[in-house]
Amino acid sequence: MKNTEQNPISIVSFPVLALGRKTIFMVQELGRIALFFIKGFLLIFSFPLQISKTIEQIYFIGTKSILVICLTGAFTGMVLGLQGYYTLVKFGSEGVLGSVVALSLIRELGPVLSAIMVIGRAGSAMAAEIGIMRISEQIDALETMDINPLRFLISPRIAAALISFPLLTALFDVIGIFGGYLTGSLLLGIDRGVYLYRAETSVMMKDIAGGFYKSFAFAVVVVTICCFQGYYTHTRKEGFGAKGVSLSTTSAVVISSVLVLIVDYVMTSFLI
Amino acid sequence: MKLPLIQMVDVYKAFGDNKVLIGTNLTIFERQVTTIIGKSGGGKSVLLKHIIGLMEPDSGKILFRGRSLSEMQNAEKKVLKRKSSYVFQGTALFDSITVFENIALPLKEKTSLKKSEIAGRVREKMDQLDLRGIDNKYPSQLSGGMKKRVALARALVTDPEIVLFDEPTTGLDPIRKNAVHKMISDYQKQFGFTGVVVSHEIPDIFYISQRVAMLEEGRIVFEGSPEEIQQTSDAVVQNFIHGLERGHEKISGIESHYQGTKRIKEEMARLQLYNTAFSIVIFSVDNLDEINEKLGPTAGLTIITNLANELQILTRPTDTCYRFGLNKIILLLPNTNKEQTLELCETLAEQMKGKDIFDLTPHFGFCLYISASYTEGQRDLSYEEMLLQTHSMQNMFYEFKVC
Repeated sequence: MKNTEQNPISIVSFPVLALGRKTIFMVQELGRIALFFIKGFLLIFSFPLQISKTIEQIYFIGTKSILVICLTGAFTGMVLGLQGYYTLVKFGSEGVLGSVVALSLIRELGPVLSAIMVIGRAGSAMAAEIGIMRISEQIDALETMDINPLRFLISPRIAAALISFPLLTALFDVIGIFGGYLTGSLLLGIDRGVYLYRAETSVMMKDIAGGFYKSFAFAVVVVTICCFQGYYTHTRKEGFGAKGVSLSTTSAVVISSVLVLIVDYVMTSFLI
Repeated sequence: MKLPLIQMVDVYKAFGDNKVLIGTNLTIFERQVTTIIGKSGGGKSVLLKHIIGLMEPDSGKILFRGRSLSEMQNAEKKVLKRKSSYVFQGTALFDSITVFENIALPLKEKTSLKKSEIAGRVREKMDQLDLRGIDNKYPSQLSGGMKKRVALARALVTDPEIVLFDEPTTGLDPIRKNAVHKMISDYQKQFGFTGVVVSHEIPDIFYISQRVAMLEEGRIVFEGSPEEIQQTSDAVVQNFIHGLERGHEKISGIESHYQGTKRIKEEMARLQLYNTAFSIVIFSVDNLDEINEKLGPTAGLTIITNLANELQILTRPTDTCYRFGLNKIILLLPNTNKEQTLELCETLAEQMKGKDIFDLTPHFGFCLYISASYTEGQRDLSYEEMLLQTHSMQNMFYEFKVC
């Protein structure tokens, strides 16, 4: 600060330098995250395959998320049915409600909301669990036993997320379409056949594939960010111990949720 | 000549502005237990983590059989890691799996043993460490001492060649502490592993160590045998070991070497000033090394403690016992001249003959030797000369042998 008062050039250069430092840090961090994922992903295929650990993680990330996915899927579909009906009825096009609900869910809402629900339920838990293992030296203990912590802890989670996310998205889509059917047809009186016919005919394979591409991308984003935040809890400068774990969990949820929305926009702009 | 297994050469490590290791040099010999002592927070755990490869030095080298760790290929590092084990200060047990699974983990992940073989080895270790019946408990359901023993079992289940112990007995009661020391010593003899122990258990840890190193201000200020560290004139080392020793010795009822030296020097000053006589008697367990080797480190400690307790009972209230080295006790007799000392010693020898002070049954063919000798303080004798004279054969008054 003293320098900036003395030297007018540094008043200009200081923010530039700060911005530069921040940018370099962010690029480095992105590189570390990318390497973290690549290493973890490749180790999925190292022998012996960790099938039982992966199944355990599928159960944790996937099976245990079914209820929450069903609930959010059903109510998202139902609200889409309601909103869609009252909008479309103004134009006399309530017959296309099935298309509106199905396309919205399959292309956008299914992958995005599934990912966000899994972040809240499993992502935060992953970050906290790995973070606690880090601060209690359990990860160091693995290293001293010559057990690769990335392979032991991260690879099964990556594999499980890549398997679970598309399946949960598919479940979300199906439940959501039936939710729209409940409000649109059963409650508001749109012909049942028309709703289902429109839903079926308007959805192309391209839409379904796009939704699945997104869910794979979100799986990568969510599992990488959540595991990364937990794994490097000890390097946080703003908090150590339990506070560090809480900050890592918060960062994991916030960063992965924001990134899901950003990645969704970027992918949509390419897929559309 | 023994070859060094691990050498730390001029190792520097800092965390930000906090310099922890400042040119640390340490040599660890194969098949020996080396104890690292030093103040809490002085970098002992950091030093240990450098040896196992959890941390890398900012500068300097860590050599394994003369090969630098940093120059080793990954495959070589892996081999080295598989030969090593680490007992963490905070146990580092996996809290979401059971005790059995914790101990079995290194075998399950890194060997091709069958399930039944793994179970057998795990149970064997659990039995040895008195951990029966807790297979299905989680670490959070165990006491601190039990967690320590589970961590030890996990570290030893792979029969490693190098074991690093980071304060293995901190938080344990005296019985468990001795059991852990005995186990380290027994295992070392049985499997011949190289042990590096970070410990504050002075002097107990000296019984199971062949070498002791002291870390002070980021540097190793002393390396040598347990006998050498007790005899060193280095003030920093002496202050540290005696500062710790006082508290520990009081637990077993014996005052420390440091206190003893101080009191004898006070008596010497009184002799110079007021001509008041005093004498000392040194009791020596002559084959302590053999006792420790054959009966375990706790046996030696028990003999020394029992002997001191018995002496305190049999002598006058003004007489005091002090620990003097690993195998000796000094009895200070104030206001006592040579004749009175001789008389007292004869009575003591008579009284002790009938006593079962050793609290152990020696093995067949194994004998235990205790000798005692005395001397009276003289104006022209220095402290060291007085000790030397006491040790001379002509002043020997008592030899005890049990077979």
